[in-house]
Amino acid sequence: MPKASFSRTIEEINKKIRAGKAVVVTAEQMGEIVKKSGPEKAAKEVDVVTTGTFSPMCSSGAFINFGHSKPTTKASKVWLNGVPAYAGLAAVDIYIGATEPTEDDPLNRVHPGQFKYGGGHVIQDLVAGKKVELLATAYGTDCYPNREIKKKVTISDLPYAMLFNPRNAYQNYNCAVNLTNKTIYTYMGVLKPHAGNANFATAGQLSPLLNDPYYRAIGLGTRIFIGGAKGHVVGPGTQHNPRAARGPNGVPLSPAGTIMVMGDMKAMDPRWVAGVSMLGYGCSLAVGIGIPIPVLDADMARFTGVTDEEIFTQIIDYGGDYPKGQAHSLGKVSYAELKSGSIRFNGSDVPTVPVSSYVRALEIANILKGWIERGEFLLTQPVEGLPSVERAE
Amino acid sequence: MYSKMLSLRFPKKTANKPVVYSLVKKFDLTFNIMKATIYPREEGFMVMELSGHKTNFQRGIRYLKSLGIQVDSIGQDIRRDDRKCFQCGACTAVCPTGALYVKRPQMEVLFDRDKCSACELCVSACPAKAMEIRFNKALLS
Repeated sequence: MPKASFSRTIEEINKKIRAGKAVVVTAEQMGEIVKKSGPEKAAKEVDVVTTGTFSPMCSSGAFINFGHSKPTTKASKVWLNGVPAYAGLAAVDIYIGATEPTEDDPLNRVHPGQFKYGGGHVIQDLVAGKKVELLATAYGTDCYPNREIKKKVTISDLPYAMLFNPRNAYQNYNCAVNLTNKTIYTYMGVLKPHAGNANFATAGQLSPLLNDPYYRAIGLGTRIFIGGAKGHVVGPGTQHNPRAARGPNGVPLSPAGTIMVMGDMKAMDPRWVAGVSMLGYGCSLAVGIGIPIPVLDADMARFTGVTDEEIFTQIIDYGGDYPKGQAHSLGKVSYAELKSGSIRFNGSDVPTVPVSSYVRALEIANILKGWIERGEFLLTQPVEGLPSVERAE
Repeated sequence: MYSKMLSLRFPKKTANKPVVYSLVKKFDLTFNIMKATIYPREEGFMVMELSGHKTNFQRGIRYLKSLGIQVDSIGQDIRRDDRKCFQCGACTAVCPTGALYVKRPQMEVLFDRDKCSACELCVSACPAKAMEIRFNKALLS
């Protein structure tokens, strides 16, 4: 171990943010700074690195309380714009999931289905201030006698609307190809036969958890940018798996960590909360997430200085292996290669296709940078870390 | 050489006539059919690129119209709603002409309408439903 040299605390960083003196850079810029000056010098120069991601993430949804009617109702089934919400909660509490299609959607009966409207679109419409039709049916009780509510609501009519995503910001994700002889339609987009294209889905060097591979800074309570507003990480997300194989730089080589996040929908902007229709697959939601990472020491500077050349993922066949539940790596590829436009696979050049928006991810990292520079956003010490692993050094 | 991407809508009575053959034979035009379908009520719909000498091209169009076929130029009529597009790039997987492409290293997703063949594959493949078909203008004179 090198001698304990430079370090700073989150409180010290916040003091500088309040004074308008914090040095904040995006994860893209940090890559260049660390490459040029090395992690020790970079740690002294930079206080905070901002990250961002904007990608469809199915494990998303919202808790909504739609307020009591007169007479009162214990809703047992609820639809928003024809999309069923989960109503097995208190009388007027629901959870609407991003992938829930409209009740009468033809789904994949004519393959590939279009999935034009679903829970993700309802969430986007609410955030955009549009009117949404609420239908609730009830069986009636002594304290809640009403049997049906049908009304148009906007987000301002709702007493409570909290975006609450069980899993977001995947730390790394597969590169998808299709080795069968017909086109397939997946959550990774359209995949042409005989590895006609290779799709990938993270923002690479800008992606939050790829800049904090062992979750030193991100944990329960971390304040974040979510959907254009301020929100929080509330714990590890579903499928959080810190035990994935890692490279010498600590960065996982396949899907690993995830976070559960929440944020007040009333403060959000529809630019950063977009309903998504994946052809032949289903509905989803793309949510913009940005996380500031404190440069606590040279170690954190090195982590946040990671570049696309140093982040790798695995090529997986979504035509055969994946649907059989037998996904295995057909090769390793870096994000620099994926972003170059083509990768070398089985002796030929395969065009690469992003399904995650790098442009929007960078925009988020820059917005967050601005918030911190103007003293509008302070960093947080996590109340509890995410499950992690011992570092192999 | 004059060339345009056209959509042709055939009324029921012409759907079974060898119209494209006549375009080649009588007007010395070349064609590349992108899409052709007969709908349940027997109206036909075709997307094709039609090329040739400009005078012949115009005569060919007049011939089509004389048969009651609705002719529209559609190259300009696939639009991208830039408020909806969030620049992911998923459309580039299906675009056969490279009209939708990623500008590197910025990773911006751009749409070059001149290269668009109006095959419509992007319309359903776009996760944000940002690609729209508009048949609102008959651009041919």
